Amino acid sequence: MKAQTQLEFPLFKGEALTQLPEDLFIPPEALEIYLEDFSGPMDVLLYLIQKKDIDILDLDLSEITGQYIQYIELMDALKIELAADYLVMAATLAQIKSRMLIPQAEEEEVEQDPRSELIRRLQEYQRFKSVSESISNLPRVDRDFFIASAALPTFKEQSPVINISAIELAEIFHTASTRPKFSAHHEIRFEELSTQDRIALILSILNKSNVIQFFQTYQKEEGKQGVVVSLLASLDLAKDGHVELIQNEDSNQLYIKSTNRGFH
Amino acid sequence: MNISDNLANIVESILFGSGRPMRLSEIKTLLSTQNIEAELPNIKIAMNSLEDRFASSALEIKEVASGYRLQIRNEYGDFLYPLWNDNSNRLSKALMETVSIIAYKQPVTRGDIEDIRGVSVSSQIIRSLLDREWIKAAGYRDVPGRPTLYETTKIFLNDLNLQTLNDLPPLPEALPAEEALDQLEVG
Repeated sequence: MKAQTQLEFPLFKGEALTQLPEDLFIPPEALEIYLEDFSGPMDVLLYLIQKKDIDILDLDLSEITGQYIQYIELMDALKIELAADYLVMAATLAQIKSRMLIPQAEEEEVEQDPRSELIRRLQEYQRFKSVSESISNLPRVDRDFFIASAALPTFKEQSPVINISAIELAEIFHTASTRPKFSAHHEIRFEELSTQDRIALILSILNKSNVIQFFQTYQKEEGKQGVVVSLLASLDLAKDGHVELIQNEDSNQLYIKSTNRGFH
Repeated sequence: MNISDNLANIVESILFGSGRPMRLSEIKTLLSTQNIEAELPNIKIAMNSLEDRFASSALEIKEVASGYRLQIRNEYGDFLYPLWNDNSNRLSKALMETVSIIAYKQPVTRGDIEDIRGVSVSSQIIRSLLDREWIKAAGYRDVPGRPTLYETTKIFLNDLNLQTLNDLPPLPEALPAEEALDQLEVG
């Protein structure tokens, strides 16, 4: 153990530690071992409380805080790496202690006991700490009991047997060979009508008349593709605010109206 | 061979050879692959007669969360312990506290565990519990950061010789801290 072979005394509060603080329960050479055994600051705190054999509710916070802080100072002096959680707890304790020292003004609402949150957490932690100890004591596989097993017999090599008649096989072959081909030849062509050109066309028509009907923007022989390109072009223009698309409630006809914002 | 006399032997071979707990329904399926149709009650009867046969031996049949398994009676554990004593079964207090919180409050996030334990949950502990297959991720909580929710597994119960979570020791009652605290004098 590191602590046992140490020749120099650790420094505690700036002085070489030749004597233990009297109210310390754990000898420092054992502290490292203890610390490994503690699962966290709550565990240390519970330990301090239980060592004193007092009810959590009678917690004398200034005493416990003093001891707790002494512990972590000592751990620090012994160069035991401290988890940040231990320091958080020290800060919490110091905060509660300071709140308890501040006298309460009478007109203030009756404040909760500053200790209550900490005590509630300690009690909640204590429940799980205690039940986890019970679970640790349950019989556990490969520690307290063992599973029986036997070496396996050599397995017979089982060649897969396929149960199928010649006619069934022929049917399967037929289905497979006449399965429709889903992979067909497909050629990608460049678009013949460009949306950009259609936008230019629509704008040039709108230069002559302020409002045009949608059907004026394409030609019959262009087919569906023409309609689609015109629609894309109109939507594009509308998106950028160059035109408004208008449709009267009583007609199916779509009008394109110039907003006269120009497009050049 | 006479199947009904032999059913106990077949069940025995399955329990010995499976290396894990077996359900009656799984045994039924294995039997049917050999064209033996046995009803679940009959398999249970075979299981019971096997149990009688083991009565004076070091073995016992135990029902755990994932089915039936054959294990060595507790009283012979001491003879085997040196064989297995490689510290891998020594579990830290922190690990046991963590798995206990998951068992009683599942599903929980790391944050929930940290709230109770007052200390950050090391990734090593979670890793170790996942490696043992004692816990598993069971989705995410719908809050910022979407933390993983953990719950315990059947293997956790199997390894503790338990059938259901209800077999775990009861969680101590929460002390009525609030009431008691109200009576405290603010000092």
